[in-house]
Amino acid sequence: MKHYLSSGIAASLLLGSASFAFAASELTIESWRNDDLSIWQETILPAFMKAHPDIKIKFTPTAPVQYNAALNAKLEGGTAGDLITCRPFDGSLDLYSKGYLKNLQGMATLDNFPDSAKGAWSTDDGSATFCVPMAAVIHGFIYNKDAFAEIGVEPPKTQAEFMAVLDKIKEDGNYIPMAMGTLDQWESAAMGYQNIGPMYWKGEEGRKAIVAGTGKLTDEGWVKPFEVLASWGPYLGDGYEAQSYPDSQTLFTLGRAAIYPSGSWEIAGFNRDADFKLGAFRPPLPAEGDSCYISDHTDIGIGLNAASPNAEAAMKFLEWMGTKEFAELYSNAVPGFFSLSKHEISLSDPLADEFISWRKDCQSTNRSAAQIVSRGTPNLWNEMWVVSANVINGKQSPQDAANQLQKGLSSWYEPQMD
Amino acid sequence: MVSERKKKPFRWHVLVFLAPAVIVYTMIMILPLAETLRFSFFQRDTTTQVVSFVGFENYIKLFFDPYWVEPFLNSLWNNCYFFMIHMLVQNPIGILIAALLSMVHLPGKKLYRTAIFMPTLLSFVVVGFVWKLMLSPLWGVSKGLMKSVGLGSWYLPFLGKEETALTTLSLISVWQFIGIPMMLIYAALLSIPDEVIEAAECDGVTGISQFFKIKLVLILPTIGIISILTFVGNFNAFDLIYTTQGPLAGPNFSTDLLGTILYRTFYGQQLQPGDPNMGAAIATVMFFIILTGVAIYLFFIQRKLTRYEM
Repeated sequence: MKHYLSSGIAASLLLGSASFAFAASELTIESWRNDDLSIWQETILPAFMKAHPDIKIKFTPTAPVQYNAALNAKLEGGTAGDLITCRPFDGSLDLYSKGYLKNLQGMATLDNFPDSAKGAWSTDDGSATFCVPMAAVIHGFIYNKDAFAEIGVEPPKTQAEFMAVLDKIKEDGNYIPMAMGTLDQWESAAMGYQNIGPMYWKGEEGRKAIVAGTGKLTDEGWVKPFEVLASWGPYLGDGYEAQSYPDSQTLFTLGRAAIYPSGSWEIAGFNRDADFKLGAFRPPLPAEGDSCYISDHTDIGIGLNAASPNAEAAMKFLEWMGTKEFAELYSNAVPGFFSLSKHEISLSDPLADEFISWRKDCQSTNRSAAQIVSRGTPNLWNEMWVVSANVINGKQSPQDAANQLQKGLSSWYEPQMD
Repeated sequence: MVSERKKKPFRWHVLVFLAPAVIVYTMIMILPLAETLRFSFFQRDTTTQVVSFVGFENYIKLFFDPYWVEPFLNSLWNNCYFFMIHMLVQNPIGILIAALLSMVHLPGKKLYRTAIFMPTLLSFVVVGFVWKLMLSPLWGVSKGLMKSVGLGSWYLPFLGKEETALTTLSLISVWQFIGIPMMLIYAALLSIPDEVIEAAECDGVTGISQFFKIKLVLILPTIGIISILTFVGNFNAFDLIYTTQGPLAGPNFSTDLLGTILYRTFYGQQLQPGDPNMGAAIATVMFFIILTGVAIYLFFIQRKLTRYEM
């Protein structure tokens, strides 16, 4: 971390001194993605500056754990950069309601993004959008291509096929059908419930119904995915109850498991660690012919500091973020983090390309607990962790789990109160 | 008599000598405690973001809102269980080891003493990680070890089962901290004068009965101190659970202690926003639980303990 920080400081000093010579408007980007520093400096920013020679721009990241606190302090003290990297949902909404972020509603570039992407950086009523969506991570299943060929199974399309594949791998006995554990609990919720769930609750439609209070977490679409999860237990490795997230990753990259329920953020690590061919298939459809929904979780956006003296130049950068050029540059530089724009882009990493290709046939949605409904006590997202793990462990029935979520939510969330 | 009633000059030096300790202690202990207490009477309004005085509202919520009181009582019960295991396992075994170590003819005494005390010096992160690995159903040695002695069918993913997770963690904690009661008892046993032992031997009290009738009685005050140290340590425990089970203290909150619930409330957890004021209320309740426990010990148990001049 120290290394990144010091190189970040050194780099920003260098960039800073270099730009004095031009005396053009100079922009600063605040970010927590210090892992991406070289990508921004060597790939993304030079491309922008080539097209806009009058604008200088530098990327000044802070360590992820310190970002929120540091950014708040800088905004309060009036020393924050012109462009602010936005955390999704409440983190940035808070900054907007305090007046630190500019309302970008009406910017042409926003039309390049679907509503589900903009939702992460909009007010609850959708009347203002304050960050340009940048990147999302997509949920799905990564599989061991060599193992599939060896056993003679094809990536499944429907839930029935999925179970048949699991049965076949189990019968073969050489591989653990699926690498997942319930010890850390968030895997059960994020890679289990949120991964397969959107197919059943119909993506944004179901999620918005919960937020609006017209749907309930006990509706069929929300119970079904728990029923599917309940059937996973026998296909996970021995003692999966005590298997942690890094255990599951290692189990899969060692080639001992055939399928890994997951998300695109694993791509870079798996490409590095696994010495077999990797493939990906999207969450299975409930039945042949159903429409397809994927969890395409908005994670990073960029907004404009309301106090920026270089607002005009900063707007140019934000406009550029909506272009196909940016989308392709960024998504290729950071495999697994996908641009949120509507442009059809091609990726050089085949696995990342597979993930992003699902956007063509499927509708994107956010994690269902991410917006608004996790503000109270009991916290819906925490509860989802616990009940999802319980369901997989066979400690709670799917209906019970859904009842518990609904009861908790309706205890504090007004639109859900009876 | 008259001369004695004459006013004594005020003894300034008492104040001067007390001052450093009082000032430092106040700064780093009393003030933060008072501040925590004060903090627990405030709350941030969710819409206006203004922090204002709310009186006992946080406490009322904690004790009467089912979504606060249930997790709280669950963690309190778990904490009591955690403490019980320590009292039943850690302290008796600690005493036993100390008694063995204090035997005169025991080869390799120093080696055992050091080896048993070592885990106490390890970081809880190391202890949590090492045990998690040893118990792991995938790479752990525990499965193979149990199989090799014919207990293979008894193997469970201990940390992942609601029924076994808390007991397992308690025992890991016992393993880590057993060195402390052992050392204290060992020191107490060594300080028993030889004359007492010799006198006992002259009266024909030897071996096991000598231990129970003479030594154990003499070290009872030390055992009392150990119990209270264990109590305070256990009710402040947090680190081991956090490193092995994560902030949600799974499975299904079966390993949730007061420390972990405090952490989640105070700092938040992923999408759960941190609530420092409610956290302060929980911290205050924890403080009073510990205070009550210590007070019960001091007023009802320690007074009844007979101390023998040795």
